[in-house]
Amino acid sequence: MSLDKLHLWIPPSVLWTFGAIVALLVVASLIVAFMRRGDAGKHVELAARVNSWWVLVGVFAVALLFRRGIAIGFFAVLSFLALKEYLSLIPTRRADRSVLFWAYLCVPIQYWWVWNQWYHMFLIFIPVWAFLFIAMRMVLRGETRDFLRAAGTIHWGLMTMVFGLSHLAYLLVLPDGKPVPAHGAALLLFVVLLTELNDVLQYVWGRTLGKRKVIEPVSPKKTVEGLVGGALTTTVVAVLLAPVLTPLTRMDSVAVGLMIGFGGFLGDVTISAVKRDIGVKDTGTMIPGHGGILDRIDSLLFTAPLFFHFMAFFYF
Amino acid sequence: MGYLLRLFFYGVLVRLVVLFVLGLNVRHRERLPGRGPAILAANHNSHLDAMAMISLLPLRLLPKVRPVAAADYFLRNKLLAWFALNVVGIVPLNRQRTHEKEDLLAPIAAALERGEILVFFPEGSRGEPEQLAEFKTGLARIAERRPDVPVVPVYTYGLGKALPKGEWMIVPFFVDIFVGEPLHFDGDRIAYMERYRHAMAQLALEEKHADWT
Repeated sequence: MSLDKLHLWIPPSVLWTFGAIVALLVVASLIVAFMRRGDAGKHVELAARVNSWWVLVGVFAVALLFRRGIAIGFFAVLSFLALKEYLSLIPTRRADRSVLFWAYLCVPIQYWWVWNQWYHMFLIFIPVWAFLFIAMRMVLRGETRDFLRAAGTIHWGLMTMVFGLSHLAYLLVLPDGKPVPAHGAALLLFVVLLTELNDVLQYVWGRTLGKRKVIEPVSPKKTVEGLVGGALTTTVVAVLLAPVLTPLTRMDSVAVGLMIGFGGFLGDVTISAVKRDIGVKDTGTMIPGHGGILDRIDSLLFTAPLFFHFMAFFYF
Repeated sequence: MGYLLRLFFYGVLVRLVVLFVLGLNVRHRERLPGRGPAILAANHNSHLDAMAMISLLPLRLLPKVRPVAAADYFLRNKLLAWFALNVVGIVPLNRQRTHEKEDLLAPIAAALERGEILVFFPEGSRGEPEQLAEFKTGLARIAERRPDVPVVPVYTYGLGKALPKGEWMIVPFFVDIFVGEPLHFDGDRIAYMERYRHAMAQLALEEKHADWT
């Protein structure tokens, strides 16, 4: 069966990139199998993590390849799961049960703007309308104990898990091919791939060469060597991959690589700070070897809006 | 027909709500019984409690899985009674004796005799959301009658936030479900309930849960 029969909406460059990702996973799986040879009790966590990567890449590929609507729906579900994980972790007030319902309702509404390419509402709905509405809804309940903490935490969740993540989906409705040759799905794959790769690279650099702690009170395992080594490697990959997937110039791809490298780190340690504040190790158990959804997408919470607005400002 | 309806209810609707709208963090799933007779004894905060626990068990066990529920509440009108008995598949339990000699636990004994896995709430009522009420000794009386039947303590957190007593709208929350080691009766009801209470307290300590007030 030829590929056109599938009516894929994505350009061939995206397919090729997915092919490269699969090749990378095959190599990773072989390395892990080699490390575990003769003793299945070794590196159990690492093996689980690599296996989960296969599932994550598979789900992401299916979500992205077929239809724009399916892809947008996928990110709506991802926002819902992330928001649910966040709202289940943080202390919430009994009085805010119905407020949380409204917070959840922001997910379909926000992605509705994305689907309809209503850029203005996409930008202001959560920072302005949801912000004011949630405060109003809370104050009308009349519970003042911990009011500011509750209003602040709920809005923080909406800003990161819904507003921040929905930037990935909005990449998919940027005008195809106009005014510069770019395809939303290719841009999306570019930022997600680099962000996740950056996580892995920072981990690998940190584990092999890491000495100096970079931000010990928040994340004791993060090192300067991991951060800088990871970010620089990510930048190299960004420069190599940019001509395939994006309209970025050489200089801009360096800037974007560094932005994703350091932005991803900041997203990661921000969620670490949240977890430390609450007193949990992982945000959930949904992804074996990784933890919860938030443990996996923490870096994207920063890199998605950063990359989007870089592109929107300089290219669209 | 009745069974198909029940299969659709638990296999599709309940699983959609419990696994997608809510979402479960299950620990020690391997301690769940693989066949009946057995009892899952859990804390009770929500109508969703039994639904969540039944979703933990594979669908092939569904014909054998039933929640024990208050007859005065669930059989109070015809429509609800039909739904509770045929779709939810409850074992109705009278909480008050209507005559002196009535054996309140007889329906439970009969269900265990049929090899069923029962979901049982020793608190007897949902009570205040996310707060534990006193465990009643009914559990020990059942265990005394059938010391061979394993009683598995199950601690849940979050279902009372998602759907507390007196509310009708489900608000999504991830739910923790921690399964304990099976208990067996050793001849003393008070000591037995103490062991159950201790097992539940230990499970509750496995994760730090924020107060919900």
